[in-house]
Amino acid sequence: MPVQTLTGEDLAQRLSEGVPASVERWEDEVVWVEASKVEDVARFLRDDSSLDFQFLNAISAIDLIEYFDVVYHLTSFRLKHSAVIKARVHGRESLSVPSVYNVWRGADFQEREVWDLMGVQFEGHPNMKRIMLWEGFEGHPLRKDFL
Amino acid sequence: MSAEISNTDGPLNSRTWEIDREEGRTVQGLKDASVEPLAEPFIQVPDDLQGNLVVTSVDALINWSRKAALWPVTFGLACCAFEMIATAMGRFDIARFGMEAFRASPRQADLMIVAGTVTWKMAPAIQRIYDQMADPKWVISMGVCATSGGPYYGSYSVVPGVDHIIPVDVYVPGCPPRPDALLFGIMELHEKIKKYRNMGKNARPPISEQVTRQVTQLDDGVPSSSTNSQGNP
Repeated sequence: MPVQTLTGEDLAQRLSEGVPASVERWEDEVVWVEASKVEDVARFLRDDSSLDFQFLNAISAIDLIEYFDVVYHLTSFRLKHSAVIKARVHGRESLSVPSVYNVWRGADFQEREVWDLMGVQFEGHPNMKRIMLWEGFEGHPLRKDFL
Repeated sequence: MSAEISNTDGPLNSRTWEIDREEGRTVQGLKDASVEPLAEPFIQVPDDLQGNLVVTSVDALINWSRKAALWPVTFGLACCAFEMIATAMGRFDIARFGMEAFRASPRQADLMIVAGTVTWKMAPAIQRIYDQMADPKWVISMGVCATSGGPYYGSYSVVPGVDHIIPVDVYVPGCPPRPDALLFGIMELHEKIKKYRNMGKNARPPISEQVTRQVTQLDDGVPSSSTNSQGNP
Protein backbone atom coordinates (compact mmCIF):
# COMPACT_ATOMS: atom_id res chain seq x y z
CA MET A 1 0.00 0.00 0.00
CA PRO A 2 1.50 3.30 -1.06
CA VAL A 3 2.12 6.13 1.36
CA GLN A 4 -0.45 8.90 1.01
CA THR A 5 0.61 12.52 1.38
CA LEU A 6 -1.86 14.49 3.45
CA THR A 7 -3.29 17.56 1.74
CA GLY A 8 -2.37 20.94 3.13
CA GLU A 9 -5.98 21.85 3.75
CA ASP A 10 -6.68 18.71 5.76
CA LEU A 11 -3.47 19.01 7.73
CA ALA A 12 -3.95 22.73 8.41
CA GLN A 13 -7.43 22.08 9.75
CA ARG A 14 -6.26 19.35 12.10
CA LEU A 15 -3.29 21.42 13.22
CA SER A 16 -5.31 24.51 14.02
CA GLU A 17 -7.60 22.36 16.16
CA GLY A 18 -4.71 20.67 17.97
CA VAL A 19 -2.39 23.64 18.39
CA PRO A 20 -4.31 26.95 18.34
CA ALA A 21 -2.93 29.77 16.17
CA SER A 22 -0.12 27.65 14.79
CA VAL A 23 -0.96 27.63 11.09
CA GLU A 24 0.26 30.50 8.90
CA ARG A 25 -1.06 29.26 5.57
CA TRP A 26 -1.18 26.15 3.43
CA GLU A 27 -0.76 25.04 -0.16
CA ASP A 28 -1.34 21.77 -2.05
CA GLU A 29 0.59 19.46 0.28
CA VAL A 30 2.46 21.89 2.49
CA VAL A 31 1.55 23.69 5.69
CA TRP A 32 3.48 26.69 6.96
CA VAL A 33 3.40 26.90 10.73
CA GLU A 34 4.45 29.66 13.10
CA ALA A 35 8.21 29.30 13.63
CA SER A 36 7.83 29.82 17.38
CA LYS A 37 5.37 26.91 17.67
CA VAL A 38 7.34 24.28 15.78
CA GLU A 39 7.98 22.14 18.83
CA ASP A 40 4.34 22.14 19.97
CA VAL A 41 3.21 21.30 16.46
CA ALA A 42 5.78 18.51 16.25
CA ARG A 43 4.65 17.00 19.53
CA PHE A 44 1.02 17.15 18.44
CA LEU A 45 1.82 15.53 15.08
CA ARG A 46 3.67 12.72 16.82
CA ASP A 47 1.23 12.06 19.66
CA ASP A 48 -2.16 12.55 17.99
CA SER A 49 -3.49 9.06 17.21
CA SER A 50 -5.08 10.07 13.92
CA LEU A 51 -1.81 11.61 12.68
CA ASP A 52 0.80 9.43 14.46
CA PHE A 53 3.93 10.77 12.76
CA GLN A 54 6.47 8.63 14.57
CA PHE A 55 9.12 9.09 11.92
CA LEU A 56 11.01 12.22 10.91
CA ASN A 57 12.31 11.69 7.38
CA ALA A 58 14.38 14.80 7.05
CA ILE A 59 14.93 18.35 8.16
CA SER A 60 16.18 20.71 5.49
CA ALA A 61 16.22 24.42 4.83
CA ILE A 62 15.71 26.60 1.76
CA ASP A 63 17.37 29.97 1.26
CA LEU A 64 14.78 32.26 -0.33
CA ILE A 65 16.89 35.44 0.02
CA GLU A 66 14.49 37.45 2.21
CA TYR A 67 13.63 34.49 4.40
CA PHE A 68 14.48 30.85 5.06
CA ASP A 69 12.06 27.93 5.04
CA VAL A 70 12.89 25.08 7.40
CA VAL A 71 11.24 21.94 6.01
CA TYR A 72 10.16 18.88 7.99
CA HIS A 73 9.22 15.69 6.16
CA LEU A 74 7.22 13.28 8.30
CA THR A 75 5.89 9.77 7.82
CA SER A 76 3.56 7.54 9.79
CA PHE A 77 4.33 3.87 9.26
CA ARG A 78 1.16 2.71 11.00
CA LEU A 79 -1.29 4.92 9.08
CA LYS A 80 0.84 4.96 5.91
CA HIS A 81 0.68 8.67 5.28
CA SER A 82 3.21 11.47 5.14
CA ALA A 83 3.25 15.22 5.54
CA VAL A 84 5.39 18.26 4.83
CA ILE A 85 5.61 21.05 7.40
CA LYS A 86 7.48 24.30 6.85
CA ALA A 87 8.51 27.06 9.20
CA ARG A 88 9.44 30.44 7.78
CA VAL A 89 12.08 32.60 9.47
CA HIS A 90 12.71 36.11 8.17
CA GLY A 91 16.03 37.87 7.85
CA ARG A 92 19.56 36.57 7.35
CA GLU A 93 21.21 36.98 10.75
CA SER A 94 20.57 35.21 14.07
CA LEU A 95 17.77 33.05 12.76
CA SER A 96 16.22 30.67 15.22
CA VAL A 97 13.63 27.88 15.27
CA PRO A 98 12.73 25.70 18.28
CA SER A 99 14.48 22.35 18.20
CA VAL A 100 12.45 19.18 17.75
CA TYR A 101 15.23 17.09 19.31
CA ASN A 102 13.01 16.21 22.26
CA VAL A 103 10.24 15.02 19.94
CA TRP A 104 12.28 13.04 17.41
CA ARG A 105 15.78 12.11 18.55
CA GLY A 106 16.80 11.75 14.89
CA ALA A 107 16.68 15.52 14.57
CA ASP A 108 20.01 15.82 16.38
CA PHE A 109 22.45 15.62 13.45
CA GLN A 110 20.04 17.07 10.90
CA GLU A 111 19.53 20.25 12.87
CA ARG A 112 23.28 20.54 13.30
CA GLU A 113 23.69 20.12 9.56
CA VAL A 114 21.13 22.85 8.84
CA TRP A 115 22.99 25.12 11.24
CA ASP A 116 26.34 24.24 9.68
CA LEU A 117 25.40 24.76 6.05
CA MET A 118 22.46 27.21 6.21
CA GLY A 119 22.97 29.09 9.45
CA VAL A 120 19.59 28.52 11.07
CA GLN A 121 19.86 27.95 14.82
CA PHE A 122 17.70 25.47 16.71
CA GLU A 123 16.85 26.63 20.18
CA GLY A 124 16.87 23.95 22.85
CA HIS A 125 19.18 21.63 20.93
CA PRO A 126 21.65 20.07 23.40
CA ASN A 127 24.71 20.30 21.12
CA MET A 128 24.21 23.11 18.63
CA LYS A 129 27.54 23.25 16.81
CA ARG A 130 28.93 22.64 13.35
CA ILE A 131 28.82 19.02 12.27
CA MET A 132 30.81 18.76 9.03
CA LEU A 133 32.91 21.87 8.78
CA TRP A 134 35.43 22.90 11.37
CA GLU A 135 35.01 25.45 14.11
CA GLY A 136 36.17 28.82 12.82
CA PHE A 137 34.90 28.33 9.27
CA GLU A 138 33.56 31.60 7.93
CA GLY A 139 29.94 31.62 6.84
CA HIS A 140 27.44 28.95 5.89
CA PRO A 141 28.24 27.47 2.49
CA LEU A 142 24.78 26.48 1.19
CA ARG A 143 23.45 30.02 1.50
CA LYS A 144 22.81 31.86 -1.73
CA ASP A 145 25.21 34.67 -0.79
CA PHE A 146 28.12 32.39 0.09
CA LEU A 147 31.33 32.95 -1.92
CA MET B 1 44.90 18.12 21.72
CA SER B 2 45.41 19.56 25.12
CA ALA B 3 41.90 20.80 25.82
CA GLU B 4 39.48 18.64 27.72
CA ILE B 5 35.74 18.42 28.11
CA SER B 6 34.92 20.54 31.10
CA ASN B 7 32.56 19.17 33.73
CA THR B 8 30.49 22.29 34.09
CA ASP B 9 26.80 22.26 33.32
CA GLY B 10 25.35 23.51 30.10
CA PRO B 11 24.84 22.19 26.61
CA LEU B 12 27.47 19.82 25.25
CA ASN B 13 28.68 22.26 22.62
CA SER B 14 29.67 24.83 25.23
CA ARG B 15 31.57 22.17 27.20
CA THR B 16 33.48 20.91 24.16
CA TRP B 17 34.05 24.42 22.85
CA GLU B 18 37.79 24.41 23.65
CA ILE B 19 38.32 21.14 21.80
CA ASP B 20 36.27 22.23 18.82
CA ARG B 21 38.09 25.53 18.57
CA GLU B 22 41.47 23.83 18.80
CA GLU B 23 40.48 21.37 16.09
CA GLY B 24 39.18 24.22 13.98
CA ARG B 25 42.48 26.08 14.38
CA THR B 26 44.44 23.01 13.34
CA VAL B 27 42.31 22.52 10.24
CA GLN B 28 42.33 26.20 9.30
CA GLY B 29 46.06 26.44 9.98
CA LEU B 30 46.78 23.48 7.72
CA LYS B 31 44.50 24.93 5.05
CA ASP B 32 46.23 28.31 5.17
CA ALA B 33 49.69 26.71 5.11
CA SER B 34 48.94 24.30 2.23
CA VAL B 35 48.65 26.61 -0.74
CA GLU B 36 51.27 24.97 -2.96
CA PRO B 37 51.58 21.24 -3.67
CA LEU B 38 54.59 19.44 -2.24
CA ALA B 39 57.37 18.13 -4.44
CA GLU B 40 57.81 14.48 -5.26
CA PRO B 41 59.50 12.74 -2.34
CA PHE B 42 62.77 10.83 -2.23
CA ILE B 43 64.27 8.37 0.15
CA GLN B 44 66.01 9.19 3.39
CA VAL B 45 69.77 8.68 3.69
CA PRO B 46 71.55 9.02 7.02
CA ASP B 47 73.82 12.06 7.02
CA ASP B 48 76.95 10.14 8.00
CA LEU B 49 76.53 7.78 5.07
CA GLN B 50 75.64 10.35 2.47
CA GLY B 51 78.34 10.64 -0.18
CA ASN B 52 80.60 8.11 1.53
CA LEU B 53 79.46 4.84 0.08
CA VAL B 54 78.78 3.47 -3.36
CA VAL B 55 77.21 0.04 -3.00
CA THR B 56 75.13 -0.47 -6.09
CA SER B 57 74.46 -4.19 -5.80
CA VAL B 58 73.27 -3.72 -2.24
CA ASP B 59 71.05 -0.94 -3.55
CA ALA B 60 69.48 -3.35 -5.98
CA LEU B 61 68.91 -5.94 -3.27
CA ILE B 62 67.42 -3.43 -0.85
CA ASN B 63 65.20 -1.94 -3.53
CA TRP B 64 64.04 -5.36 -4.65
CA SER B 65 63.11 -6.36 -1.13
CA ARG B 66 61.28 -3.08 -0.62
CA LYS B 67 59.26 -3.36 -3.78
CA ALA B 68 58.46 -7.05 -3.31
CA ALA B 69 56.79 -6.59 0.06
CA LEU B 70 55.13 -3.19 -0.01
CA TRP B 71 52.65 -3.20 2.84
CA PRO B 72 49.83 -0.66 2.52
CA VAL B 73 48.19 0.97 5.49
CA THR B 74 44.48 0.20 5.92
CA PHE B 75 43.06 3.54 4.91
CA GLY B 76 40.13 4.46 2.72
CA LEU B 77 38.26 7.74 2.47
CA ALA B 78 35.50 7.35 -0.10
CA CYS B 79 34.23 5.22 -2.98
CA CYS B 80 37.81 4.65 -4.25
CA ALA B 81 38.31 2.55 -1.14
CA PHE B 82 35.94 -0.06 -2.54
CA GLU B 83 38.05 -0.38 -5.66
CA MET B 84 41.09 -0.68 -3.40
CA ILE B 85 39.33 -3.45 -1.47
CA ALA B 86 38.43 -5.14 -4.75
CA THR B 87 42.10 -4.94 -5.72
CA ALA B 88 42.95 -6.82 -2.55
CA MET B 89 40.37 -9.54 -3.20
CA GLY B 90 40.90 -12.79 -5.10
CA ARG B 91 39.95 -11.60 -8.58
CA PHE B 92 42.68 -8.98 -8.86
CA ASP B 93 44.77 -10.37 -6.03
CA ILE B 94 47.20 -7.80 -4.75
CA ALA B 95 48.96 -10.72 -2.99
CA ARG B 96 50.80 -11.35 -6.24
CA PHE B 97 52.91 -8.34 -5.32
CA GLY B 98 53.46 -9.37 -1.71
CA MET B 99 51.02 -6.65 -0.68
CA GLU B 100 48.12 -8.59 0.78
CA ALA B 101 48.95 -7.52 4.32
CA PHE B 102 46.99 -4.29 4.77
CA ARG B 103 48.41 -3.14 8.07
CA ALA B 104 46.15 -1.68 10.69
CA SER B 105 49.03 0.32 12.13
CA PRO B 106 50.93 2.96 10.16
CA ARG B 107 54.08 1.89 12.00
CA GLN B 108 54.09 -1.38 10.08
CA ALA B 109 53.19 0.01 6.70
CA ASP B 110 55.30 1.60 3.99
CA LEU B 111 52.66 2.51 1.42
CA MET B 112 49.70 4.80 1.85
CA ILE B 113 46.99 4.56 -0.81
CA VAL B 114 44.97 7.76 -0.44
CA ALA B 115 41.70 6.40 -1.81
CA GLY B 116 39.07 9.09 -2.01
CA THR B 117 38.12 12.71 -1.42
CA VAL B 118 40.31 14.47 1.11
CA THR B 119 38.46 17.12 3.08
CA TRP B 120 40.21 19.79 5.11
CA LYS B 121 38.75 18.37 8.26
CA MET B 122 40.31 14.98 7.45
CA ALA B 123 43.64 16.50 6.37
CA PRO B 124 45.31 16.68 9.82
CA ALA B 125 44.49 13.00 10.39
CA ILE B 126 46.02 12.03 7.04
CA GLN B 127 49.11 14.05 7.77
CA ARG B 128 49.42 12.42 11.17
CA ILE B 129 49.13 8.90 9.74
CA TYR B 130 51.74 9.78 7.14
CA ASP B 131 54.08 11.13 9.80
CA GLN B 132 53.62 7.98 11.86
CA MET B 133 54.75 5.74 9.01
CA ALA B 134 58.40 4.80 9.18
CA ASP B 135 60.82 5.80 6.40
CA PRO B 136 61.08 4.71 3.65
CA LYS B 137 57.45 5.37 2.76
CA TRP B 138 55.48 5.93 -0.40
CA VAL B 139 52.14 7.45 -1.26
CA ILE B 140 49.77 6.62 -4.11
CA SER B 141 47.09 9.19 -4.82
CA MET B 142 44.15 7.13 -6.02
CA GLY B 143 41.41 8.77 -8.07
CA VAL B 144 40.86 12.32 -9.26
CA CYS B 145 39.63 13.58 -5.87
CA ALA B 146 42.87 12.72 -4.10
CA THR B 147 44.89 13.88 -7.10
CA SER B 148 43.40 17.32 -7.70
CA GLY B 149 40.10 17.60 -5.89
CA GLY B 150 38.40 16.18 -8.98
CA PRO B 151 34.75 17.22 -9.23
CA TYR B 152 35.15 19.10 -5.95
CA TYR B 153 38.02 21.26 -7.19
CA GLY B 154 37.60 24.75 -5.77
CA SER B 155 35.24 23.62 -3.04
CA TYR B 156 35.37 25.27 0.36
CA SER B 157 35.91 21.99 2.17
CA VAL B 158 37.98 19.78 -0.14
CA VAL B 159 41.78 19.71 -0.40
CA PRO B 160 42.78 20.50 -4.03
CA GLY B 161 44.99 17.43 -4.24
CA VAL B 162 46.44 15.42 -1.38
CA ASP B 163 49.91 16.56 -2.51
CA HIS B 164 49.12 19.81 -0.71
CA ILE B 165 49.52 18.05 2.61
CA ILE B 166 51.70 14.99 1.96
CA PRO B 167 54.16 14.25 -0.88
CA VAL B 168 52.82 11.86 -3.52
CA ASP B 169 54.83 9.35 -5.58
CA VAL B 170 52.28 8.02 -8.05
CA TYR B 171 48.97 9.49 -9.23
CA VAL B 172 46.26 7.11 -10.47
CA PRO B 173 43.50 8.94 -12.38
CA GLY B 174 39.93 7.68 -12.59
CA CYS B 175 36.63 8.16 -10.84
CA PRO B 176 37.10 5.73 -9.27
CA PRO B 177 40.00 3.95 -10.99
CA ARG B 178 39.37 0.29 -11.73
CA PRO B 179 41.49 -2.22 -9.81
CA ASP B 180 43.53 -2.70 -13.01
CA ALA B 181 44.44 0.98 -12.92
CA LEU B 182 45.46 0.81 -9.29
CA LEU B 183 47.55 -2.29 -10.01
CA PHE B 184 49.22 -0.42 -12.85
CA GLY B 185 49.96 2.44 -10.47
CA ILE B 186 51.43 0.00 -7.98
CA MET B 187 53.63 -1.53 -10.70
CA GLU B 188 54.78 1.96 -11.70
CA LEU B 189 55.69 2.56 -8.08
CA HIS B 190 57.67 -0.69 -8.11
CA GLU B 191 59.62 0.59 -11.09
CA LYS B 192 60.24 3.81 -9.26
CA ILE B 193 61.44 2.04 -6.13
CA LYS B 194 63.81 -0.07 -8.21
CA LYS B 195 65.53 3.08 -9.45
CA TYR B 196 66.20 4.54 -6.03
CA ARG B 197 69.82 5.10 -5.13
CA ASN B 198 70.02 4.94 -1.39
CA MET B 199 73.71 5.67 -1.02
CA GLY B 200 76.55 7.23 -2.92
CA LYS B 201 77.02 10.55 -4.65
CA ASN B 202 73.70 10.64 -6.41
CA ALA B 203 71.61 9.71 -3.41
CA ARG B 204 68.50 11.79 -2.94
CA PRO B 205 68.15 14.17 -0.01
CA PRO B 206 66.12 12.90 2.93
CA ILE B 207 62.36 13.18 2.87
CA SER B 208 62.26 15.10 6.10
CA GLU B 209 64.27 17.95 4.55
CA GLN B 210 61.94 18.26 1.60
CA VAL B 211 58.50 17.91 2.98
CA THR B 212 58.56 19.75 6.27
CA ARG B 213 55.61 22.05 6.42
CA GLN B 214 55.16 24.31 9.38
CA VAL B 215 51.54 24.58 10.33
CA THR B 216 50.92 28.11 11.42
CA GLN B 217 48.45 28.32 14.25
CA LEU B 218 45.88 31.03 14.00
CA ASP B 219 46.04 33.76 16.58
CA ASP B 220 43.86 33.51 19.62
CA GLY B 221 41.42 35.92 18.11
CA VAL B 222 37.77 36.47 18.66
CA PRO B 223 35.76 33.70 17.01
CA SER B 224 34.10 34.79 13.80
CA SER B 225 30.68 36.31 13.90
CA SER B 226 29.07 33.09 12.67
CA THR B 227 30.42 31.15 15.63
CA ASN B 228 29.72 33.95 18.06
CA SER B 229 26.04 33.79 17.45
CA GLN B 230 25.98 30.26 18.83
CA GLY B 231 26.13 31.71 22.30
CA ASN B 232 29.39 30.01 23.17
CA PRO B 233 31.68 31.50 25.79
